[in-house]
Amino acid sequence: MPTINVDKYRLFEELGEHFTPDTFQQLCFEFGIELDKDTEEDETRPKDQAPELAIEIPANRYDMLCFEGIAMYLNIFRGKQTTPDFKLLDIPEDKMQKITVSPECEQVRPYVAGAILRNIKFTPERYESFIGLQDKLHQNLARQRTLVSIGTHDLDTVQGPFTYEALAPKDIAFVPLNQTKKMNGEELMQFYEADKHLGRYLHIIRDKPVYPVIFDANKTVCSLPPIINSDHSKITLDTKNVFIEITATDQTKLDIVCNIMVAMFSKYCDEPFTIEPVKIVSEHNGATRVTPSLHTRVMDVEVDYLNQCCGLQESPESLCKLLGKMAYTAVPDKENDKLIKVSVPPTRADVLHACDVMEDVAIAYGYNNLPRTSPNQASTIGKPLLINKVSDIVRNECAMAGWIEVMPLILCSHEENFEWLNRVDDGQTAIKLANPKSVEYQVVRTSLLPGLLKTLRENKSVRLPLKITEVADIALKDETKERKARNERHFAAAFYGKTSGFEVVHGLLDRILSMLRVSFVTHEEDLQSSKSIDYKVTENPSEEKGNGYFIKEIDEPTFFQGRAAAIYVRLGGVTRRIGEFGVLHPTVLDKFDLRYPVSTYVPIPNGWISPGVRMPNNANMGIPE
Amino acid sequence: MAPPTTTQASSDDLATDILAALDKSSQPLLSSDAFPSATFVDLKAALDRLASRDMVKYDTIERQEALLEPEAEQIAAHGSHEARVFEALRKAVEGLSVKELEEAIGDKNVVKIGQGKAFKEKWISKTKDGKFTAAADNITDTTQEQIRIVQQTKTHPDPKILADLKKRKLIRTQNIFSFKIHKGPKFALKIPEEATDLTADMIASGAWKTATFKPYNFKALGATQNGGALHPLNKVRQELRNIFFEMGFEEMPTDKFVESGFWNFDALFVPQQHPARDLQDTFYISDPKAADFPRAESPDDTKDYQAYWDNVKAVHQDGKYGSIGYRYPWSGDESLRLVLRTHTTAISANMLHKLAATKGPDGRPTPARYFSIDRVFRNETVDATHLAEFHQVEGVIADYGLTLGGLMEFMEIFFGKMGLHDLQFKPAYNPYTEPSMEIFAYHKGLDKLVEIGNSGMFRAEMLESMGLPKDMRVFGWGLSLERPTMIKYGISNIRELLGHKVDLEFVQGSAAVLFGDEDK
Repeated sequence: MPTINVDKYRLFEELGEHFTPDTFQQLCFEFGIELDKDTEEDETRPKDQAPELAIEIPANRYDMLCFEGIAMYLNIFRGKQTTPDFKLLDIPEDKMQKITVSPECEQVRPYVAGAILRNIKFTPERYESFIGLQDKLHQNLARQRTLVSIGTHDLDTVQGPFTYEALAPKDIAFVPLNQTKKMNGEELMQFYEADKHLGRYLHIIRDKPVYPVIFDANKTVCSLPPIINSDHSKITLDTKNVFIEITATDQTKLDIVCNIMVAMFSKYCDEPFTIEPVKIVSEHNGATRVTPSLHTRVMDVEVDYLNQCCGLQESPESLCKLLGKMAYTAVPDKENDKLIKVSVPPTRADVLHACDVMEDVAIAYGYNNLPRTSPNQASTIGKPLLINKVSDIVRNECAMAGWIEVMPLILCSHEENFEWLNRVDDGQTAIKLANPKSVEYQVVRTSLLPGLLKTLRENKSVRLPLKITEVADIALKDETKERKARNERHFAAAFYGKTSGFEVVHGLLDRILSMLRVSFVTHEEDLQSSKSIDYKVTENPSEEKGNGYFIKEIDEPTFFQGRAAAIYVRLGGVTRRIGEFGVLHPTVLDKFDLRYPVSTYVPIPNGWISPGVRMPNNANMGIPE
Repeated sequence: MAPPTTTQASSDDLATDILAALDKSSQPLLSSDAFPSATFVDLKAALDRLASRDMVKYDTIERQEALLEPEAEQIAAHGSHEARVFEALRKAVEGLSVKELEEAIGDKNVVKIGQGKAFKEKWISKTKDGKFTAAADNITDTTQEQIRIVQQTKTHPDPKILADLKKRKLIRTQNIFSFKIHKGPKFALKIPEEATDLTADMIASGAWKTATFKPYNFKALGATQNGGALHPLNKVRQELRNIFFEMGFEEMPTDKFVESGFWNFDALFVPQQHPARDLQDTFYISDPKAADFPRAESPDDTKDYQAYWDNVKAVHQDGKYGSIGYRYPWSGDESLRLVLRTHTTAISANMLHKLAATKGPDGRPTPARYFSIDRVFRNETVDATHLAEFHQVEGVIADYGLTLGGLMEFMEIFFGKMGLHDLQFKPAYNPYTEPSMEIFAYHKGLDKLVEIGNSGMFRAEMLESMGLPKDMRVFGWGLSLERPTMIKYGISNIRELLGHKVDLEFVQGSAAVLFGDEDK
């Protein structure tokens, strides 16, 4: 949310009330803005600086990004004033100032709007606010000037009619604002390259074949949008007539910005709230029109909708009165008593739908005053996800067996996920991030191992042995999916101690799988008879059709030779490898800065946890029913 | 309860010696006299053993002992520096030069300090030719006398002198503990045999009937359990899941870390230029490249996804369903960019879209309550309160005739189950809910209102695009799992709670979660 700093006592004067910190806080809370800071008691505030309030504004209230907007809406909310009737000065179109758009602008920044504030009276505070609002609009709605940028000029230093053209960079030459040297478009790009403030806007047009430029009738450059104005036409505290030109790549936002700029500062004109329009001549794209639009939109809103959503039973008149507090002008529809006609002032660009009006009814009424009703309409039945139920069984069994649950991060570096585990990235497995701020977040983990090993690394001072487990999701590339990826629920454990702990990890595996009613079967007769619960299986599928699991030695570079095994599960006659366990290779330990051996056990993908339990997405894993 | 410590042979012997000595003496014993060589620790252990059986009683006596510093040892043996200077000069009738004096005494330091003091005492004087000579017939070396008393008695009857010697760094003092030992009510010459524990053998043989049992130390901690432990975040998560189940919520399948811009943003009516979609805030995926168009994921899903896509485009670009829309050129490519989900609301959108196809008895979509608690990703700069990953708790209620008063009442009940009461609701902005309400509760510790969650009614633009009827309203609310957990366990740095830097001992030591117990 944008934060606006305003002079505390000027605001209180404008509001006609001296608030205590609590009462002002309360007002902000009810209206939906947030008092972030009050520098009154701040000892670091310079002595010559008046106390300021930092007020956070909701991100869609562009019309409150300045002192004037905050004061106006709070005054309307408190019934101290009505919404001004913003008007265009009534002059015939052929007498209006003109901006003629040339077709080349399409290549870089197609749209322009203009407006004139006649006989405006600036004071240092108003001037600062005027500049401040432009800046806030540039940062927020205009997305760092990419969508919209504003140029303001002393109309008495230039001569209309104006043109909006797009020329090759070297064909544009002028003295930029607050500079003394004339430069062309190319030189200007170099000149501002290192500029902290303007440097970040250069990319918007730098590589375009043509740069946009506003000229006056004498071909004097007014501005090079969206970078900088010319020094020639700059406004000062003494400027009487302000010419505002706004250029854009997005016409809707152009109009919003234009309306807000003129509405907020027309207050200081000789004839308050009256704006002199500018005619835009743009034949090539059919955008010829008069700006600003200052269009007041009238919406028909259902009385029942407003009342029902808010849980109120207000009359149409009363609803209209409430809406008046939120800067609307609303009247009951004379022909249809189920409707009210709501006029949305041109500044309220955030109002898109009746639900926005409905929210304002609720705010005007006071959220915390709304009548409470029972939240229960229909009855529904609670239901956990099966995968989470099974995960909870595994998690709880691990904890009961003396293992500590950990929650490392899901994002990790490419090295942690591959190289450090002696694994090769085949390009088909890992989801890679395009814009991480740190190497710690390069890929989505494809196994739980990196997180477990990093957790061990950070806990080397804890008394050994360390026994940790995690049951959580990893994600993999999957071209068959709409989102080209899928999550898998995995379970992993790691043992860290002076001995490898291989048999401890193996024992946990046996324990978990037997709790999930899968028996352990090896070729050793006695083991088979003692551990079998419900299911029996042997390695050779042709001999045995039962469900169960068994393990088989493997040789994979993540593990120490001869100290690793794959885990196989047979369900419904289909055998599938579900994971592996073993003693990690010493080179892996070295990478993760571990001094002692680690045995791990990874993963059980969804769908293979228990024969009795089928995970929701097993069909997508190619597992036969 | 800790078992008694095992008896040591030395302590055994000493205890027997104490009993024997007490037996012979008609007076209480002073340990410093009776057992001068026994250490304090051994004595105390032996006495505690005997005292715990009421065989002896004892008082601890603390006294101060003065000990000579090396310099004082020298003085005790040879006299004070000034006395030695005087003595040397008395023997030399002609007087001595400094050099001669040093040779006679053999210690420059003694001469340096001694001659000054001897002058002050007027024991010596200087001759015309600059030599020293004795000025008195004889002297009394008080310092030496005082030090000798201390040497013999380890103290001095005059506390002023003791303090003076200490100040002159000639002596140091130390506290000495000794014991005054009396016979106890169960005094005997031999310590009876004691069993440390009740054993199976004793039960079998009946020995327990006659055996004396060594008392337990009830003040000690019991044995460490080395038990397993669940992670505190998951413990809080489980409590929250229970609250959802109690209130009739169905858990949503959130097994999609990767989402398309369509589901994560566009379906939620978040415009394509919204700051949340900036590279600064959202992780985009470079591999795989782009999502497919939205489509059914299972054969029983018969919804028209093309229509949904078109609706979403229309409501953003041109406006629809009574909304004027955002009026910008909506890009399908932007919508198919892959992101790491920034919220689980992407899943809620998916679920609500499917809900639109359900038919209740009246032929309309059935009311539903959904929830999820799962990981979400933000491209944040990591600090004490921000990680690139956290858990979002999300609830959704879809029903006919819902009101804001009902939403607030629901929140009172929901958060009440978490021990949070007297909620306040503040207007807020969220692109996909309108009205939006931030939820605040009073925090006793901080003595102020703190934000505990966000809530609102999903916008018509989002719901009607899915085909949900106009009068079906949907509440959504969310909070992070980390925040209530951090408050619960008093953690100020999120990195101590989530991620690989978490201390395993913290996980092991985190108390069980029972919401509401904070108040008591």
